[in-house]
Amino acid sequence: MSQLTQEAITGSAARGSGYRAWRRVTPYFGVLPFLTLATLFLLWPTISVMTGAFQDSKGHFTFTSVHDVWTSSTHLAIFKNTLLLSGETALIGAILGALLSYAVATGKPDGILRRIWVSATGVLAQFGGVMLAFGFVATFGFNGFITTFVKSFAPHSFFANPSWLYGITGLAFVYCFFQIPLMFIVFLPAIDNLRPNWREASDSLGGSTWEYWRRVGIPVLTPSFLGSSLLLFANAFSAYATAASLISQGSIITPLEISGSLSSETGLANAATAKALSFGMVAVVVVVMALYTLLRRKVSKWEKS
Amino acid sequence: MSSVAVQLNDIAKSFGPVKALAGLTLEIKEGELVALLGPSGCGKTTALRALAGLQDLDRGQILVGGKDITFQAANHRGMGMVFQAYSLFPHMSAQENVEYGLKLKAHKVSAEDRRKKSSELLELVGLSTHAGHYPHQMSGGQQQRVALARALAIEPKVLLLDEPLSALDAKVRIQLRDEIRRIQLEVGTTTLFVTHDQEEALGIADRVGVMRDGVLQQIAVPQELYDRPTSAFVAEFVGLTNPIRGTVSGSTVSILGSQIATLPGSVTSGEGTALVRPESIRVEADPSGSAKVVTSSFLGSVCRSIVDLADGTRITAQSASSQASVLRAGTSVRVTLDTPAVFVKSL
Amino acid sequence: MKRSLGQRIWRWSILLVVTSYLALPIVAMLDFSTKVGRSKRGLYAWKAIFSQPELVGGIVTSLELAAIVIALLLFLVVPTVVWVHLKLPRLRRPLELICLLPLAIPGIVLVVGVSKIYMWLSIHWTESPLTLSAVYAMLILPYTYRSLSAALFAVDVHTLAEAARTLGASTSRTLFQIVIPTIKAGVMSALVISIALVLGEYTISSLLNYKTFQVEINLIGQNDGTIAVAVSLASLIFVLLLLLLMPTAKRHGKALLDVDAE
Ligand SMILES: Nc1ncnc2c1ncn2[C@@H]1O[C@H](COP(=O)(O)OP(=O)(O)OP(=O)(O)O)[C@@H](O)[C@H]1O
Ligand SMILES: [Mg+2]
Repeated sequence: MSQLTQEAITGSAARGSGYRAWRRVTPYFGVLPFLTLATLFLLWPTISVMTGAFQDSKGHFTFTSVHDVWTSSTHLAIFKNTLLLSGETALIGAILGALLSYAVATGKPDGILRRIWVSATGVLAQFGGVMLAFGFVATFGFNGFITTFVKSFAPHSFFANPSWLYGITGLAFVYCFFQIPLMFIVFLPAIDNLRPNWREASDSLGGSTWEYWRRVGIPVLTPSFLGSSLLLFANAFSAYATAASLISQGSIITPLEISGSLSSETGLANAATAKALSFGMVAVVVVVMALYTLLRRKVSKWEKS
Repeated sequence: MSSVAVQLNDIAKSFGPVKALAGLTLEIKEGELVALLGPSGCGKTTALRALAGLQDLDRGQILVGGKDITFQAANHRGMGMVFQAYSLFPHMSAQENVEYGLKLKAHKVSAEDRRKKSSELLELVGLSTHAGHYPHQMSGGQQQRVALARALAIEPKVLLLDEPLSALDAKVRIQLRDEIRRIQLEVGTTTLFVTHDQEEALGIADRVGVMRDGVLQQIAVPQELYDRPTSAFVAEFVGLTNPIRGTVSGSTVSILGSQIATLPGSVTSGEGTALVRPESIRVEADPSGSAKVVTSSFLGSVCRSIVDLADGTRITAQSASSQASVLRAGTSVRVTLDTPAVFVKSL
Repeated sequence: MKRSLGQRIWRWSILLVVTSYLALPIVAMLDFSTKVGRSKRGLYAWKAIFSQPELVGGIVTSLELAAIVIALLLFLVVPTVVWVHLKLPRLRRPLELICLLPLAIPGIVLVVGVSKIYMWLSIHWTESPLTLSAVYAMLILPYTYRSLSAALFAVDVHTLAEAARTLGASTSRTLFQIVIPTIKAGVMSALVISIALVLGEYTISSLLNYKTFQVEINLIGQNDGTIAVAVSLASLIFVLLLLLLMPTAKRHGKALLDVDAE
């Protein structure tokens, strides 16, 4: 008996540390398939663009393409356009979307209204792009619903001449169509998390509606609002399809510029430009996220980490 | 404890077909702590919220300090409220939460006074060391203490507590219950305390009101409520009772061979069911007794036995714990009653 | 507490304004797609949808892509996330970073990066558009990850998994028969969003010259706007119905909310 035990002990000791180490690493094999896919189609492409922005056609390190983009007033102007467009539509979308979620959240919690809104915004936020462009062409384009309507009684008003739709104003107007629903989707849970108890506690302590919102409602929602706005910004900043199918000539936002230089005939020099511009875009997102993180730390020190 | 501080006059409120309040009338005296007790859904919360101004009424009148406040908005009523749980503002520290009311226009005081007051209150609830903690860094019991301090900070005319202890575990519950009572006595605030836990109600209140289906059944000091219920519902809801058949004639009932006075509201003649408390039943080992012990459990301070009577009725009796060794299962026993009065309901 | 009149007016005016803005293009699309010539009405555009072979091809491609992406989601992404959650807590942060990366990388940038791989693929292996599913699987990661991790934290999968193990279930059985079914709601919402995303994707497929649904719609739009509008509206309604019928659709929000929280 005791001999048996003795053997068992020495046996497992012999399998010892090597076996233990093996047992420790085996679980890591489980992530390999995913990691391979992610490396090939996400990590490596991202890194190759980032490094490609600093390489010449032979792969040597150079600042030329980034420098060229940085010093070109056209590129910079378009970059600024894109930033403004994203910032504006993020802000408008965030405000209107937040109001919308408030309006819906104060309705019946399992009412049909809410259900429809939740589903509809799910589609509208995801299903932008080409179809959205067509939708707005059908509304404000040359033969559009509103255009025809307005033309008949106010032929000189803003909406009677649809050229605005194919510029930056048009893009901003169209972008809001997916920004508002996206904001609704991401912000509704935050509104739902506002406990009625807080309002009632504030009321019973003598607070007015305004005081409640100023001191409780808005501060509690601020972190989520900022986070959602950031998401909206990134969303608009990287949007391409809508603009691509709405605007056939000229690159008025950076993604259009990138696609232009990718598909134009001249080849390599432009691939470098595409990478430099891409690098710029990612840099912007990173900077905005960093700013956000700082801000967030400030407004949400009370949150569970 | 003299003048009437709060008066609810025949208040009623329906939610669709549900009558949450069906003509509730209640008075609370100055400085008194009244507990509202009742089964789930009987309208306790609705009554409390009506008093706070968070719930409008279909009918009735609410007076506080003699003034009709039925139509006054919640934020002008000056009542401190403590909710069941999670009512602290999550983005404010304990101290900021307590100061909240004092920052509002309604009670505005200088920053210095605010700080002083909130520190005092945190001290009172035993949390001075947690002043800077955020709600998520505090336990449920601590959060409720802060909520109490916050409600007291505005020196409320009436303090309203809606099951403030129900989210806590048993031990903390009893501890905090006693503490709430201590603080309430110290500050002297008129208080309405809602709960569905009878032990809690009996343990904390000056008077306990029992509600059922939106109306008050009985309101009395705890001892009286327990010993002299005026209805079968109250007798059965508060404490344990054994239903034992007996014959009533006039104001006495004959059960288990004893003649016992009946309480007002009881059946006045014929057969009835007496509602007898376990501790009013005396069980003694007696080989010639006609009843038998089924089981008997030692509960520390007392011994609880389940006994089958001769007619098959099964009752629960409570005796001194020293009896536990005597009253084994199967022992023949004699059962007698030892109580001045019982409530008898119709069969 | 009863809602005040002011609040109700507020509420309804917001709903009214936003609804009109969002409904306008949809109504216009309906109007536009039923117009024939200057002033007549007809359903010719709607009837023409299925007589466009390229369009049908595009739809089929996109549906196939959606199916492959769902398969990748179910058999690669979900198991990996669960696995890391259960066994490799140290990899949670890195995994989360990888999964959220697509939010920070604009689609067009990703195209610049993957174009070389796709060039290589089409020369050395296949020109099939179905290879797009690999990139698409990356695009859905942020949405998937959030809804999964929310679901994983909501139910205590650790205890569940341990219980299953002590009862003698094998690792894969534990994973596929115990853990994954308990987070079904999270998986479902990830699934719905993936379908919507794949059917609506344009940037990558158009720039890599693959003929997906959206690319075809855009091409048709260059020739016959009316049909393009009819198709757009039809697919919008299709996905809307899909979402309405999905009981768990309302969870996306939660999943996305804290996308950048940490
Ligand atoms: N806002 C409301 N809408 C509809 N019905 C309600 C509402 N508030 C309360 N009720 C109903 O009114 C009745 C009384 O509710 P109330 O909350 O006052 O009960 P309670 O005595 O506090 O119960 P509990 O002990 O469970 O808290 C219940 O039947 C409840 O369903
Ligand atoms: Mg209640």
